[in-house]
Amino acid sequence: MPTLFRKIWERHVVVERPDGICLLYIDRHLIHEVTSPQAFEALRQAGRKVRRPLSLLAVPDHNVPTSADRLERIEDPESRIQIETLRKNARAAGITLFDIEDVRQGIVHVTGPENGLILPGITAVCGDSHTATLGAFGAIAFGIGTSEVEHVLATQTLWQKKPREMRMTVSGESGFCVAAKDLILAIIAKIGAAGASGCAIEYAGEAVRRMSMEERMTVCNMTIEAGGRVGMVAPDDTTFAYLEGRPAAPGGTQWTAAVADWRSLPSDPDVAFEREESLDASRVVPQVTWGTSPEDGLPVTGSVPDPAEESDPRKRERMERSLRYMDLAPGTRLTGIPIDKVFIGSCTNSRIEDLRLAAKVARGRKVAPGITAMVVPGSGLVKRQAEREGLDRIFLEAGFQWRLPGCSMCLGMNPDRLKPGERCASTSNRNFEGRQGPGGRTHLMSPMMAAAAAVTGRIADVREVVG
Amino acid sequence: MIEPFVSLRAVAIPLDRNNVDTDAVIPARFLKTVKRTGLGAGLFHAWRFDADGNEVPDFPLNRDPYRGGQILVAGENFGCGSSREHAVWALMDFGIRAVIAPSFSDIFAANGQKNGLLPVCLAPGEVRELIRHLSERPGERVSVDLPAQTVTGPDGALYRFEIGSFEKECLLNGLDETALTLRHEADIARYERDGKKNRPWLFPDL
Repeated sequence: MPTLFRKIWERHVVVERPDGICLLYIDRHLIHEVTSPQAFEALRQAGRKVRRPLSLLAVPDHNVPTSADRLERIEDPESRIQIETLRKNARAAGITLFDIEDVRQGIVHVTGPENGLILPGITAVCGDSHTATLGAFGAIAFGIGTSEVEHVLATQTLWQKKPREMRMTVSGESGFCVAAKDLILAIIAKIGAAGASGCAIEYAGEAVRRMSMEERMTVCNMTIEAGGRVGMVAPDDTTFAYLEGRPAAPGGTQWTAAVADWRSLPSDPDVAFEREESLDASRVVPQVTWGTSPEDGLPVTGSVPDPAEESDPRKRERMERSLRYMDLAPGTRLTGIPIDKVFIGSCTNSRIEDLRLAAKVARGRKVAPGITAMVVPGSGLVKRQAEREGLDRIFLEAGFQWRLPGCSMCLGMNPDRLKPGERCASTSNRNFEGRQGPGGRTHLMSPMMAAAAAVTGRIADVREVVG
Repeated sequence: MIEPFVSLRAVAIPLDRNNVDTDAVIPARFLKTVKRTGLGAGLFHAWRFDADGNEVPDFPLNRDPYRGGQILVAGENFGCGSSREHAVWALMDFGIRAVIAPSFSDIFAANGQKNGLLPVCLAPGEVRELIRHLSERPGERVSVDLPAQTVTGPDGALYRFEIGSFEKECLLNGLDETALTLRHEADIARYERDGKKNRPWLFPDL
């Protein structure tokens, strides 16, 4: 009685070695400008070809500026070279490219799914750890390094050891203003930053069943922050409704055959997982991270923890270090911590539903004086949709910046970054030291919470702001 | 592009931190290169240098006894976060050839093995013992022997580690994994033919 993961895995085994390591066939390969140039270079040096160009999609996202003038010029010569290199490599190999003037350009994990490239039952890889996002469709999707990118380009396969399988059952109904982001932050806080190392997680349970595709992507996206390379959700009618009619999704009689196939994928009812974990969604309140690891999520109603109360000396030391970096004193209430910047975007939270939720909070309010708040749609298509719905007007009238799509301030490799010492309410996925810029301080939260921080100038409980 | 790894006896640098993420190993602004070389300059940049670009004197990599060290000994979940292989390239460019830790992120370990940077998993207590020793007596040497799968501490203590037989073979001989896989071309082509029959929507181009 196999699991969803096992069914897909077994379908993709090309060769199994005596030591159990499998050569897995890779159906879809997404590439961006940062982790692919060295792979193409190695391919050229070895005199090898891209084996199946049409299985690929190339999108520049990490270092594209999000300012309106980016089509005229990209200031940073190194960024320009990386983007140009992606362009050249894609053209030379016959790979589809969503270039920066293309309305489909955006963050790779946003634009791939919204164009129907990610389907249930497939294997998908990208030289990016947040590839787990794509598992929301009931796919085995995982991040790889550049050597593996090269391997997939040349062979359409990867040698992989089967990970352990964990089921994360999320029961109950989320409360007022509790988003998918809050659930995944609570999950990471519960199992830890290495809690899912070596595991593929299947997110299950009634709360996951009720989630939209956007919400499922948010949850799967942060699997890597718990150390898991693969996060997935069984495909169902929500998945099929999302996919139907998307450009790269199958059409006509193939659609019918595909859906019939996909219905056979979910884990069999009585299947046993190697590890079971659970979360009661009804007990989760909006979350905020206080420290420099994504496992540092706390209810917004809480306070900065006190290292003195930690008995493990190593953990105590890490807490002290985090507090120094974050410039926070133990016992400080989370609500009320003043912030400098707000970032709504990233592959975790830049899809249309995220923007709708943030706009609900922003509507009729003003960004607090002295706060810079930016909204960065995940793709040109998300941006266009948001503009059709008037969300851009809501944000602009409230004093938010409305920017062009890209990874933006998630990772400090394009012009959008924090200055040393600046504190940011961010919907991104990592609060590591320096992640959003050297010396920058990151508090992870949901889009609604980030919008609430923008209009109050402090970390705030969104339930009180809108309630 | 793998550099063979057989054995190494070298100064080992203790970095007593858990969850060392790849943004710390090599911050994103150093990733704007289309090459694999020269990344050592950005290694642990925020920890090695202060805001004015001066070396932080008590950071282990900056301390004289540890300079030129080729082995890093760190806490659990080393290399977590981003999949950037630049983290491995930066460590190797700086001269590091092995990292010893209680655990690694899966992607970092795979990236290391594919380049010739050996990730060595030891028990948490063994790593603590090594770190204690190296901190008390900076500049001492540690040996890593891949054929024997052992680490020898400065005090002569012997620790065994596990590694997959295929990864070991590739590391010892500097084997090009892609070339090995291409020997399975017939199997891959057969998989695609069958796949097109069973699930044609996945192979519109074949």
